[in-house]
Formats: sequence, structure tokens, C-alpha cells
Amino acid sequence: MMLCKLSLKNIKKSFKDYAIYFFTLILGVAIFYVFNSIESQTVMINVTKSTKELILLMTNILSGVSVFVSFILGFLIIYASRFLIKRRNKEFGIYLILGMSKRNISMILFLETLFIGIISLIVGLGIGIILSQFMSILVANMFEADLTKFTFILSKSAIIKTLVYFGIMYLLVMIFNTINVSKCKLIDLLHSKRKSEKIKLKNPILCTIIFIISATILGYAYYLVTGGIDKLDSADKIFIPIIMGIISTFFIFFSLSGLLLRIFMNMKKIYYKGLNSFTLRQFSSKINTTVFSMTIICLMLFITICVLSSALSIKNSMTANIENLAPVDLQFTKMISLDTDNENIIKDNKISVKETLLKNNFNVEKNLKDIIEFNIYKADGVTLASTFGGNLDKLLSQYKYLNYDKLETLVRLSDYNKIAKLYGNREYTLKGNEYLIIADFESMIEIRNEALKYNPYIKINNKNYYPKYKKCMPGFIDISSNHINDGIIIVPDDTVEASQIEYKGLIANYKTNNKEEKNKINIELNNITEKIWDDTSLTTFNSKISIAESSIGLGAMVTFIGLYLGIIFLISSAAILALKELSESSDNKERFIMLRRIGTDEKMLNKALFRQIAIFFLFPLLIAIIHSIFGMLFANYILETFGNEQLLPSIIMTGIFIVIIYGGYFLITYFCSKNIIKRAH
Amino acid sequence: MENILKIDKIEKYYGSRSSLTKAIDNISFDVEKGEFVAIMGASGSGKTTLLNCISTIDKVTSGHIYVSDKDITKLKGNSLNKFRRESLGFIFQDFNLLDTLTAYENIALSLTIQNTDIKLLDEKIKKVAKELDIVNILNKYPYQMSGGQKQRVASARAIITEPKLVLADEPTGALDSKSSKMLLEKFNYLNKELKATILMVTHDAFTASYSSRVIFIKDGKIFNEINKGNKTRKEFFDNIIDVVTLLGGDMNDAL
Repeated sequence: MMLCKLSLKNIKKSFKDYAIYFFTLILGVAIFYVFNSIESQTVMINVTKSTKELILLMTNILSGVSVFVSFILGFLIIYASRFLIKRRNKEFGIYLILGMSKRNISMILFLETLFIGIISLIVGLGIGIILSQFMSILVANMFEADLTKFTFILSKSAIIKTLVYFGIMYLLVMIFNTINVSKCKLIDLLHSKRKSEKIKLKNPILCTIIFIISATILGYAYYLVTGGIDKLDSADKIFIPIIMGIISTFFIFFSLSGLLLRIFMNMKKIYYKGLNSFTLRQFSSKINTTVFSMTIICLMLFITICVLSSALSIKNSMTANIENLAPVDLQFTKMISLDTDNENIIKDNKISVKETLLKNNFNVEKNLKDIIEFNIYKADGVTLASTFGGNLDKLLSQYKYLNYDKLETLVRLSDYNKIAKLYGNREYTLKGNEYLIIADFESMIEIRNEALKYNPYIKINNKNYYPKYKKCMPGFIDISSNHINDGIIIVPDDTVEASQIEYKGLIANYKTNNKEEKNKINIELNNITEKIWDDTSLTTFNSKISIAESSIGLGAMVTFIGLYLGIIFLISSAAILALKELSESSDNKERFIMLRRIGTDEKMLNKALFRQIAIFFLFPLLIAIIHSIFGMLFANYILETFGNEQLLPSIIMTGIFIVIIYGGYFLITYFCSKNIIKRAH
Repeated sequence: MENILKIDKIEKYYGSRSSLTKAIDNISFDVEKGEFVAIMGASGSGKTTLLNCISTIDKVTSGHIYVSDKDITKLKGNSLNKFRRESLGFIFQDFNLLDTLTAYENIALSLTIQNTDIKLLDEKIKKVAKELDIVNILNKYPYQMSGGQKQRVASARAIITEPKLVLADEPTGALDSKSSKMLLEKFNYLNKELKATILMVTHDAFTASYSSRVIFIKDGKIFNEINKGNKTRKEFFDNIIDVVTLLGGDMNDAL
């Protein structure tokens, strides 16, 4: 019982020291709950069946991400508790001297962790439950669904999950604490006062050299992911700039600390003004020992910024893209299968899509307008490799991962122009021995343009065709949410024969303008194609409505996962920084007492403290932002298919997140540090 | 002679009404400009409390302390800090140097917090360093210095602002006898040549013998006071020992 009392009193007494720890735990619990309760939140919104399925998929992914998140939080909590315990070494030393056994001390720590755990879980869940109510509004917004009714929702499964996950984390903390306590020696505990660190000014020449080298390496890594992206021709090579970036970040922190101090020391007017010399020395004396954690924090911030802004922009661009990339309401594609025994299918192969629909009791004329039927051809020997002409060997060695034996998609010019006219795209003309390639998938366009430069002819049905344009032209046929057309070869009408048809296609708009009716026809068509697939016809159906649904769903999913990870990363890095800074502050207590004794103004002290903490928070953020600029450029390139038109608002959103969470931690750290220093008065 | 410090019937109580401890019990004395005064007493006699009150680190329960006719018991907040950095210089037993700064920067700090003109900085530091014989350690860090060197750096920091009064709290407490002697000779030099007024708290008779006047404190009251006058340091030391013997058992550690 005495131990219980002691631990309760300890928590109460050191509540101010533990403020950051509590804050982090509560935030962690709340966010964990919010993202795990999304499934329950979607109950109250009105969505279609396919969106429901997407939400289910999203919650599954989110719960997978939760495992990863719980690892991060687990490490963070263990790190934080070790940090706090280190500061109490003297207290434990006194307990031991008073005759308490190590088991008793472990017990005290166990109880403390237990109490802290219970309090943080209760408060965190409370906040999480409140926040999750707002979350349902966000979910509805994201999935562009209507909030039918607003009800207060409590997700039992999320609560249980939070309790279990955090329970395990706290248990691990207890085990770690016990191991820690059992390993320590009394003499070390009692004399664990801060040892005066040896401060060696680093050799400025060496620092400069290291700085220049690492800045060059970093610059090269930046170049690799932006301008020199072609060199990264296989997926595993992306690790080269990443590793270069990590190492150079470390050495930049390492050298910059020494270098900056040198520079400022030579600027006597600034250095010898007020407490500037003290602040700068504080900074550089600490950065010597915290280069490693600075690097980690910087990299975590970098990931946060990239993940948050990419995730947020994907959702925006996807929605914006649909209007351009799905200009008609629906599209049918029928595979003309050549080797099947199914007589129904063989029979169906001979008729058009429209006839297939009519046969299945769908009134085409009544429901659809702007109908265009077209064919897609494949010709033997017309592979991707065959379009490269004399440039083949060079491209082969440069882009190893391409499927070169794939047969190219061929479309008759007249078919394409009909489609282009309906889509509002550019129409083309060709001479008898010309061809052209339309594409909108950036990376593929680059490769094809490389080949087209050399005017390669293609041999189709024993006749040679030459490119009309030395580059790919814009255009597409399939409606979709992204730029996915990796190349369609448009040829004069007489080039390909009916026997070479691979697919028959149909595009059209709904006659009605009514949303409800559109949905109804959409469902009907979906049902028909599903029913006849593999049985009487190999017809697939795609519509603007379902593209919109899945793209909104996908966008929302990415956004939620990005938000979840981004926020957790942000919290982790800010918390580590805050804890470090706080423990420094209690070490610095003596230094501030000295300054006060020789008569430094309170205002001046606070200013010095503020600056010191601000520099510590800003330094890694600044470098992370520079990293992020290039990281985002790279992400943009990779995510090109998703579109990147909407980057600015998402960067602003990311900024707001960082200001609130990172800034919040900064302010808490400052006020707690100020308190620590004031108490010493 | 002008009075630098005037202590007028000050009292300092600790604890509550039921268990009252009188750390300082009605003490009055004056320090004139250019004096070097030592305050002696056993541990618990109230000498450190007295020094803390004069240095405005602690507040008196009653009475007044005047520094150059200004009542410092009435000062508050930033005017306290202002008074402290402009009128007082501190030398502590444990040096109180900032371990992250070099000797030069430590000394500079007491000037920069007064916003002294940067052009004057270097000249002033060089001058005081020469006087205290620390020129060749100016670029060293505290951990690279001996105790004596550290205390001389601290002394330099204390006097560079030309304070009205230098307060030294057991300045030799953490030094070996050789370093103590060297430091005290520097104190004498500062006192005689630079006309620094020094008030030093110590429980060591040898240290006290370098001053011009010794005030003995016991149980919060002034027990005795002796002047050096024209005596040699040796004779003055013997006088001090006599009083210490009179003070009795608790002061035995003074030898």
C-alpha cells in the first residue's frame, strides 16, 4: 500500500515534468482510436454498395497500418519512459539507501506506469471519441456521400483494440523498466549527476570539408530523384539516393553545428550581444551529442511532409481528373476470343456490342445516345519492340523492365477520329504509309519519344509504315480516372483486316440527365454484363459512375492512411525533440541559476531559452523542408498517373498540420522549460 | 569615508511561528569604500544567509540594507536584477562558471548582459585578465582549468563591471592552500590597487587574515569584530585565532 501511495504521489509531484509524456500518450491513444473507429463512423453515411466495399477495404488496410503505428508508438513510449526514469536516478538511489529492495522500486515503477496508463487511456479515449464524431463528417465528405443523420457513435471494437494495443505497449514499458532497474548500481544512481561534457570545437577546416562533401552528395541525391531520374531504371535503385540522403543528412548536421558556431563567433557584434554567446554555445554543445537524433527527427519530418501532402493531393487530383479522362458516361469492351469451345461465345464474337446488349433485353436506343462502335486490332509481329526500330538495343538496355513482346494496340484512323470528336480531343489525318501513336502516360511517352526520334518504321501485314510525328500525340480511348494510355497506334483504315480484331468497343452517353435514372441504368448494365460474362459473351462494362466511385474511394483511402501515418510520425518526432529539450532544460537549470545570480534580466533569460528551443525545433524542420521539396518532386513523378494539379492546397494543409502539432509541442516544451528554470529561483 | 554598504538592524527568520529559527538576529554594520571585510562564523551561524540577503538572492524579514544609500530591500523584479548586475560582483565557492563557454566568454557575459559596447569588450577583458594573471587561459574551457584558475576567472567576471561591492562566498572553499594564497593575494591587489570594495564570507582563519577587518558571527548575532590596523598579516592571523578559540568548540574546523 505504501508503494502505491508513493507512486501516486510521484505522479502528482512530477506532473509538470511528465506533461509532454502525458500529452503524447493521450494524443497517441486518441488518434489510434479515431482511425480504428472509422468503420463504425461510416454506418451513418449513405453510400453505394461498391463504396461500402471500398470502406471495408480501407478499414482493413488501416488496421494493418495500426500494427505498424503501434510499433512506432511503442518505441516512442519506451524511449520516453526511459528518458524520464533516467532523470530520477537520484530518487531511486535514495530509496535503495533507505533499504528498499530493487523489487520494490520495480513495483513503484510498475504502479506508476499502470496509473499513467489508465489515466492516459481514459482521457485519450474520451478525446478520441469526441474527435471521431468529427471524423464521420470528414469521412462523408471524402466519399462524397450525404450524412443522412448525425448520431453519436461509440465503436466498441475500436475501444477494445485501443485498450489491447496500448495495454501491450505499457506492459512492454513495465518489463523494460524492471530490466533497467535491476541492472543499475547504487553508486551510479547516486552520482548520476550530469557530468560536465568535454566540449571540443571541431576543426573548422575538417567541418567545412565534411560539409562540402555531404552537401555535394545530397545535391547529387537530389539530382538523382529529379533531373537525373532516368538513371533510376529499376525499382531497387531508388535506395541509392535514399541512403545517400540519410548519410549526408547526418554529416550535414555533424559539420554544420561546428561551422555555424565558428561563423557566428567571428561575427563579434552578434556573438557578444546579450546572451547570444550563451545560446549559441548551448546549441552547439548539445548538437554535438544529438546529431544522431536530429538526423532521425529530420528524416521523420521529411516523411511526414511528403506523405501528408502527397496523400492529400492524390484525392484532390483524382476527383479533378475524372471530368477530363472520362468524357463519356460508359464504355463496353468485348473480347473477341479466338480459342474457345464455348459455342455461345463464338456466336457472340460475330456480333457487335450493341447487338449483344439488345440480345440481353437492353433497349439501347431508348437509354443511350452518342453511340460509337469501334474495333481494336492486334497484328502478329507488331510488338512494342518492333516500334523501336534502330533504337531497340539502346532502349532495351536502358529500360529492362518493359514487356517488349506485348502486341501493340492498333486502331483505325476513322474509328479513332469518331471517338476523339465525341471526347472533344484532337482529330488526326494520315497518309497511306503513315502511323501515329497516341499516349498520355508520361513515363511511357518518354520512352516512345526516344524511339520516335529515329523515325522507325513498323511492318504491319507486310507493309512498312512511317511515323507522321516524331513524338507521341495526346489522346486516349478508354475512360478512366488516371492517365493510363501507354500507347495506341493509329493506322490508316486499310492497314488492318477484320480478322485481326481483338476487341470490339462501344462508347455512349446516357439519354437521361437525371442522376437517379443514370444510376438505375448503370446498375442494370452492370448486372447484365456480370450475368453474361464467360457464359455467352466476354463483354466488360465501365462507367463514369463507377470510375468516380472507385477513384473517390481510392483517393479517400490514400488520404486516410496518409493522415494517420503522417500525424503519428509528426507526433513521434516532435515528442522526441520535446523530451530531449526538456531533459536538457533540467540540466540547464544550474546554468540559468548562474546567469540569474550575476544579474541577468528575467526577460533576457526567457528570450535565450525561447531561442534555444526554437533553434532546436527549426533546424531539423528546415532541412526536412529542403528534403521535402525534392521528395515531392519525385513523388510527383511517380504519382503522375494520379495527376498532380492540386499540390498547393495540400501543401498548405500539411503546413497547418505541422504548425498545430509541431508548434504545439514547441510551445509546451518552452513553457515547461520555463517552469523548470523558474522553479529553480 | 563614504559608506558603500550599510546594514541596519536586519533580521531573517525561517520556519513557522511554532518553530522559529532566527538565522539573522538583529545585525547592523557598515562597510566603507575600499574596505576588505571578512565575515567569519561556523556553519549554521547565519553568515551565508547574511550574504544572500546583501546579494538580494534572499529577502530580509525586517531591517534595511543600503548600498550607496539605496535601500535594496525595497527593490523588486527587474530592478533587482539591474541592481545586481550593475552594483554587485559575485564570487562563489563553486566558481559558477558556465561550462559551455570559454574563460573569455564567461567574463564577457557579465558585460554583454549589461549591453556594453562591443568595441570596449576586448580591451576591458584583456586588462582584467592581465591583472588576475589569466591571459593565457582565456581561450580554455572551465574543465581545462585548475580550481585556482577557475576562481580567478570568476573574480575577473565579478570585477570587470566595476561593481560598487564584490561579494565573495567562501572563495577559497574549493581550493588547495597554494591556490588559495594566490587568489587572496589577487584579492588584496584588487582591493589596494583597483580600490575594489570586497565583502567575503569564510570560515577559514587564514583566508580571513588577508582582509582589513573581520566580523565574527555566532547564532545570527555579531559576536566580535577586529581590525587589522597596522598589524602584519601574521599578527592579525593570531588575533583571529584568539577570537576563534573564544568562539568555542564549533569553530574548531576554522583552523
